[in-house]
Amino acid sequence: MHMAKTLFDKIWDAHSVLDEADGNCLIAIDRVFLHERTGSVALESIIENGYSPRNPSAVFATMDHIVSNKVDRKADDSRTPDGNVFITATRDAAQKTGINLIDVLDEDQGIVHVISPELGIAQPGLTLVCPDSHTCSQGALGALAWGIGSSDAEHAIVTGTLRVKKPPQMRIKVSGKFKEGVTAKDLALHIIAKFGAAGAKRCAIEYTGNAIREMSIEARLTLCNMAVEFAAFTAIIAPDKVTFDYLKERRYAPKEVAWKQAIQDWKTLFTESGAHFDYEYEINAEDVQPTVSWGTSPAQAISISSEIPENADKIVLDYMGLSKGTYLKDYAIGGAFIGSCTNSRLSDLRAAAQILEGRRVKDGVTAICVPGSMAVRRAAEAEGLDQIFLAAGFEWGVAGCAFCFYAGGNTFAPGTRVISSTNRNFEGRQGPGVRTHLASPAIVAASAIAGHICDPQNLKEA
Amino acid sequence: MRPFIKHTGIAARFIRDNIDTDQIIPSREMKTVSKSGLKDGLFAGQRYISGRKSNPDFILNQEPYGEASILLSGKNFGCGSSREHAVWALKDFGFRVVIAESYGEIFYNNCIRNGILAVQLSADEISTLGQTVKIDLPQQKIDNHYFDIPVADKNILIEGMDAISATLKQKDKIDEFFEKDEKKFGWKYP
Ligand code: SF4
Repeated sequence: MHMAKTLFDKIWDAHSVLDEADGNCLIAIDRVFLHERTGSVALESIIENGYSPRNPSAVFATMDHIVSNKVDRKADDSRTPDGNVFITATRDAAQKTGINLIDVLDEDQGIVHVISPELGIAQPGLTLVCPDSHTCSQGALGALAWGIGSSDAEHAIVTGTLRVKKPPQMRIKVSGKFKEGVTAKDLALHIIAKFGAAGAKRCAIEYTGNAIREMSIEARLTLCNMAVEFAAFTAIIAPDKVTFDYLKERRYAPKEVAWKQAIQDWKTLFTESGAHFDYEYEINAEDVQPTVSWGTSPAQAISISSEIPENADKIVLDYMGLSKGTYLKDYAIGGAFIGSCTNSRLSDLRAAAQILEGRRVKDGVTAICVPGSMAVRRAAEAEGLDQIFLAAGFEWGVAGCAFCFYAGGNTFAPGTRVISSTNRNFEGRQGPGVRTHLASPAIVAASAIAGHICDPQNLKEA
Repeated sequence: MRPFIKHTGIAARFIRDNIDTDQIIPSREMKTVSKSGLKDGLFAGQRYISGRKSNPDFILNQEPYGEASILLSGKNFGCGSSREHAVWALKDFGFRVVIAESYGEIFYNNCIRNGILAVQLSADEISTLGQTVKIDLPQQKIDNHYFDIPVADKNILIEGMDAISATLKQKDKIDEFFEKDEKKFGWKYP
């Protein structure tokens, strides 16, 4: 009898080289992505130990984490003190090992999880790993993609495999229609708030349902990006026509005959009916509200019009400078950031620009937009979005992780309340004492204009 | 990884309890992208005085201990944060062996993974060791003292084996897998 398989089972089984006695499985790895902050150690160590990549053309490195985001940056400029060593070392090691390097000044440069789909490196049915926790984003393309440590990255590059224990599986079905103004970011925060920050502990999540099918790839990337904030091993969405249309003609996507073969294989990548999941949940899209985090965990998120919960933890409230029973809109902000692998793609910038057009950022608010890749930046400029951001009083940076995380160097002043399109609101994530509220790009834009946390629908006509 | 069979070297005596990984390498010293190049940060808190001048009272700044390859210490050596940099810094300085009364568990595992022999001896035994110490891993002897070591750890060190080399023992199976895979999913292999 044929056991019905999940999408995850199909990809896992197709990559299983060896089942080992200790419950681990040796899994073939199709693509490895590196960035300068953690990938550099892995590459240097490979060289030092006299190893070499099994297949250098399957390994990619980008510079994103600590590169400068200033428009006139030079190839080695870092936004953190002494950060240039990470940049130069990655460049040297990439050359020595013969892997693909997307360098600081290359036109393809950008945040790893933004450029991997953009260049067609992430593809349905592939296994893809990167020493970075948000690698799960790339499951949006139907790839099995997950974050690993730096030693595991070495292992994957040299052996073409990784030793992994098969994770439990979870299916989250999202049905119905989203209300006007509700985005994938709101859905991600809604889900994490509902099930808790450890709600999907080490699970491979499959997102299904008509509301997911109707999402663009960019929206799917936002949703899958936050799976790790939900403690998942990764997230994945079955590839469909939306995926194929997105990938066609991308730089590293299969071409011609290979494309036709790929499509045939990709069409077999779905969960069969009756397949077993360890956990199953359903979400009604109508129930999702525009959502903003109030605390220091992504699970501490509420509908933008709700009160700060009565049972909120005092330590968290103190850090965030909030009181129980108040509303998010009662709080003035000092910073607004649009960027990061969660929300820095063209559709995100369009959504923000739509709100910013013809308006000015409130005095006293430092507003920054850093597109996720140079390609996104160029596409936005071709539509004139840069002019809208600049006219509104936003800075318009060059691609990278930027203010998503603090690695020394310039950031918002301690105590500043920042509305941010990023994925982590931990204490100090954006700088010592900085208070981060996670939200969609539209909410970030509206808040920057209003000078306090603000639902775009409540933005007064200026 | 370099196999560990026998080793003779200079032993630096830094006998204290609870030397944690933050003392072995403070986080501000983790500036490099490499597992090597961390030697300047090793024990930076004790090794330098203001202006990053070398502290004459610290053992590794005294002749001939700048050349030491064996470190002697007390109880619970390498406790605290799991940073692998602590082991990388010791290795980069030139240490191949640590002899202490006991270890932080993660630190101990990191040592083995990086080819450093971490041995437990009693305080009395450690006190008898001289400036030059001789280690024979197959015989499990340090000078005249017998020591215990889990057999798996011993084998890893003697064979100089790491996770990568262990996996590469299956290289035939991996090659066979990829050969079949390429025939089946040609589009994956540009
Ligand atoms: S944008 Fe932020 S979350 Fe994404 S890879 Fe960069 S630092 Fe990590």
